[in-house]
Amino acid sequence: MVERLDGDQALVDLAGVRKPVSLALVPDAAVGDYVIVHVGHAIGRLDAAEAERTLALFGELAGGEPAAAPAIPA
Amino acid sequence: MKYVDEFRNGDLARGIAARIAAEVQPGRRYSFMEFCGGHTHALSRYGITELLPDGVRMIHGPGCPVCVLPIGRIDLAIGLALERGAIVCTYGDTMRVPASQGLSLIKAKARGGDIRMVYSAADALKIAAANPTREVVFLAIGFETTTPPTALAIRAAKAQGLANFSVLACHVLTPSAITHILESAEVREFGSVPIDGFVGPAHVSIVIGSAPYEHFAEEYRKPVVIAGFEPLDVMQAILMLVRQVNEGRAEVENQFTRAVTREGNLAAQKLVAEVFELRSSFEWRGLGEVPYSALQIRPAYAQFDAERRFGLAYRPVADHKNCECGAILRGVKRPADCKLFGTVCTPESPMGSCMVSNEGACAAHYAYGRFRDVAVVVPA
Repeated sequence: MVERLDGDQALVDLAGVRKPVSLALVPDAAVGDYVIVHVGHAIGRLDAAEAERTLALFGELAGGEPAAAPAIPA
Repeated sequence: MKYVDEFRNGDLARGIAARIAAEVQPGRRYSFMEFCGGHTHALSRYGITELLPDGVRMIHGPGCPVCVLPIGRIDLAIGLALERGAIVCTYGDTMRVPASQGLSLIKAKARGGDIRMVYSAADALKIAAANPTREVVFLAIGFETTTPPTALAIRAAKAQGLANFSVLACHVLTPSAITHILESAEVREFGSVPIDGFVGPAHVSIVIGSAPYEHFAEEYRKPVVIAGFEPLDVMQAILMLVRQVNEGRAEVENQFTRAVTREGNLAAQKLVAEVFELRSSFEWRGLGEVPYSALQIRPAYAQFDAERRFGLAYRPVADHKNCECGAILRGVKRPADCKLFGTVCTPESPMGSCMVSNEGACAAHYAYGRFRDVAVVVPA
């Protein structure tokens, strides 16, 4: 999410495409957060620390080095 | 795109596949249903099915909102456009769903119906505001993910005093559909599908949380692993299911921790509860009438309920007799088992609903998997 607009609207960047979406369902989202967008509405926020943890787990499951992901805050 | 590309890494996928193959017990069969159309699409698109060992079979579930929408509901929307002169707004996927008399919304549009494709329920609201002398009906479909935006639109219409806006609500509920698959006698009649566990929905679970699945994991002794829509998510979820089966566990586990919590999006749930209430029964394509499996608009918002406003009466309509969508939606048959598949029924000209949306089992198999079963012939 790159910018808050009027009302409950916000500008999001989807791989370079910028689009206004509604934040009515995720009212406490802030600029810089990753949100999951569905039919023009943010329906949830993405937890960056959890995402890194999942990626690290993939590395372990695949038998590789878990170091592929950055350090995970406790 | 960040948080997307990393979850599509091919080397890691092969690594996880090797881990699944190593943990699958020899001679044991594992059948898992991915409920959600998003997962059906991912399995086909990324070739995950090929990466799985022979003992693991994925059964496509009924979690594609376009696929489970019965003909009778589309007929109601077409009637509003052609006979009542309403502007009917709907999501793009719904436009090509086959209806009665060889019609679909897109064909009804060609006959002069004012039918408009919208990206969001909010866009339908804008059309209503811009056309105050016309009735504007939003044909609202989808699972728990699309219901909150519809509720927002209805609430906004009330706040703005929009007297010409209403919603033909076809919102359905995931947990009741899963329960129905597990216990319906009508489903058993088509040959029981041995299901050892479920890959639980991604976006639906963001909204409803993981708690609603706990009841049937416990009651029906079936493991559920909620998974993200990216290929590595799905593969990890399958590994987690294999482990639960091996260990005799039946629990709700959450692979999609980056977006799903136990309680879900409470703001969205509160909004939905304010505008919608349970419908005592709703017809699903493929599953038939399923009790308490859908929502209807509460009396407090009755003026925005197209069914009340236009006095609509639902009439069920049977599918094409050779169409196997019903059995495919129950996981009893696969797309290639249908005589119509790829011959008269294609994504360009769908006969059955599973061929319409890219989340449908037939459309996914048509786009990515239909040559898989064809032997490669190398000329001498």
